[in-house]
Amino acid sequence: MTDIWLIARKDLKIEMRSRVLMNQVAPFALIILVLFGIALDADQKSLRNFASGLFWISVLLCALMAIARSMTIERDEGALVGLNLSGVDPSGVFLGKACAIAIQLLVLEVFLGVGIILLYGSEVEDLWLLISTGLFACIAVSALGTIFGFLASGLGVRETLLPILLLPLLLPLLIGATRAFDDALGIAAVNGWNWFAFVAGLTVILTGVGVAANYLIVEN
Amino acid sequence: MSVVKLDGLVALLEGFPALTGVDLHVEAGEIIFVKGPNGAGKTTLLHLCAGLIQPKEGNGSVMGHDLWSERTEIRKKAGLLSHGTGLYGDLTVLENIVFWTQIAGVEKSEIENRISWALKRMDLNSKLQSQKVRSLSVGQKRRASLAVFIVRRPSLWLLDEPHAGLDQAGREIVDELIKESVKAGATVIVASHDLDRVLNLSTRVVNLSGGSVVDV
Amino acid sequence: MTGNVQMPDLKNTSSKGSKILGVSSLVGFAVLVVLAFFLTDPDIRFHPETGEEFGQFDAVRLLYIHVPLISVTYLAFVICAIASAGYLIRRTLWWDSLAHSSAEVGTLTCALVLATGSIWGRPVWNTWWEWGDVRIMSTLILFLMFLGYLALRRAFESPQRAARPAAVVALIAVLDIPLINRSVEWWGNRTLHQKSTLSEFKIEDLTLFTLMFGILISLLVMTWLILHRFRIAWLEHIEFEQGVQTAIEERRQIDTKEKQR
Repeated sequence: MTDIWLIARKDLKIEMRSRVLMNQVAPFALIILVLFGIALDADQKSLRNFASGLFWISVLLCALMAIARSMTIERDEGALVGLNLSGVDPSGVFLGKACAIAIQLLVLEVFLGVGIILLYGSEVEDLWLLISTGLFACIAVSALGTIFGFLASGLGVRETLLPILLLPLLLPLLIGATRAFDDALGIAAVNGWNWFAFVAGLTVILTGVGVAANYLIVEN
Repeated sequence: MSVVKLDGLVALLEGFPALTGVDLHVEAGEIIFVKGPNGAGKTTLLHLCAGLIQPKEGNGSVMGHDLWSERTEIRKKAGLLSHGTGLYGDLTVLENIVFWTQIAGVEKSEIENRISWALKRMDLNSKLQSQKVRSLSVGQKRRASLAVFIVRRPSLWLLDEPHAGLDQAGREIVDELIKESVKAGATVIVASHDLDRVLNLSTRVVNLSGGSVVDV
Repeated sequence: MTGNVQMPDLKNTSSKGSKILGVSSLVGFAVLVVLAFFLTDPDIRFHPETGEEFGQFDAVRLLYIHVPLISVTYLAFVICAIASAGYLIRRTLWWDSLAHSSAEVGTLTCALVLATGSIWGRPVWNTWWEWGDVRIMSTLILFLMFLGYLALRRAFESPQRAARPAAVVALIAVLDIPLINRSVEWWGNRTLHQKSTLSEFKIEDLTLFTLMFGILISLLVMTWLILHRFRIAWLEHIEFEQGVQTAIEERRQIDTKEKQR
């Protein structure tokens, strides 16, 4: 438990100092929203209809960057070797880094949320549904993303391998979270809380899978 | 009992046989100087002794623990100073050393003492302590990673080019630390190109070439 | 973990058994082509009231290959999952090679399933692609996941180090299928697929026979391909092992020279 906290705090502190997510990934998220708007040649009304899907695609793209950044921190100066030598339980390292990624992703989600409200004119009808879905989905993305991040980062192909490993597996999550948002933003007449239940269930499963996979894969 | 016991060890590095059959026994309190040309397998040997590499062939134990199946035990007791600083560039020297001390599981009551001792020992003054590691010079980074190294008080010292990048004063500190550690019961293996310096220190020279020991 | 595996004396990938299997696959496939394209009738039905012609017409012939391919694709991925689990339990190269070869063959047939399905869908459903159809979408995602799996395997410089991560990824991918299925079903909620292809269009003796025969032949072809791919994987392990041994010997010789000097 202490290890998880130590590692998560360390990662967050590094982000506070380096501001990589703040200064690079957040503007990138903003650019995606703008690019969608231009590429779809859309007015605010039709963008509103696509808002939840575009929101979650942006979140996934930002997540890829956040995960890659999180792995770079450990690989740059060989800090990962130090972590291994310190005798920390591998699942402690995994959960610590996943927590830090989840928290950073949550901040990005808030940022993107404000973005779709301002740029696409989305209107929040069910704030709690929005918050709960955002929270759970981001935990799931972080858990699975961290395990694949570790896997890819040792291979020197991290930027290219991570998306193709991670994104197809996250498709159910993308569908669930998008539909829940559709309801929360009043875009489609679906039962958003049912979709939230699906997302929450997925989060439990994927986090469990992440922990188990980490246990099986981590050797060094 | 030998601290390090390697018999016919073969180890691969990314598919390349970095070690092709190393026989090496190190007794407690020895200071082993591993020398050899570039690519002889010095770094791999040190990593192997730290329980970081799975041996392909051969038997080995470190401090009585099997080299691979009991690697967690070995890792906790061994200290490795490698080419990378192992520090987080965006954190200050002090933050780094605090993190690494805490994560190593050093007892809370002892943390403060140990840290101030290590920082003092490596001559890192309070101004340097509050500087980001990224902004330090190569030698200063080296001092910082040495501080992190000694704060854990490993009983097996695995040093890869410990003098590299350090100024004269720094090099002398390293030598003193090695001597002190052996007095305190540790065992040291140093890989280096700094012949004269380490020859004076060491109790035994191991010549590594082509991934195995050519003479002891 | 891997160094002490007994390597059988394998010079190339063919054996008497695989030759017989190969020849029967090819002959069987030729027979299937004749059955599917010449002997069976096109699917033409008449509306009971208006008497209008409807059905799949000649497009139905594609199903004789599409449906069998689906069965072998899923079978190959199931084999891959079982072999991956087998590897994680037993940690032998045999299981790893089986997982690798079945995944590769499965990915190939999966691509063919998507292609034939799309070609068939154009005349029958009037579309190359149907978003929201559970089976199409699941199959596509499965295909993408296994592309990732194969990419992961290739990213390792030694085939032996790839084994464990690959096994875990394969298991996660296969376990993800039901989740994908659920989500797409609820999302799309409008499947175009027949509830069961077998009962939908009129089944005559020859039609049913051709379909069953197609499945049998596909199984033969799949087994044949996996067998060869398995042996290639095995040979790759041997080659890697021998390469390492040679490299060790070479390094040791340098070592001896050094000693003499």
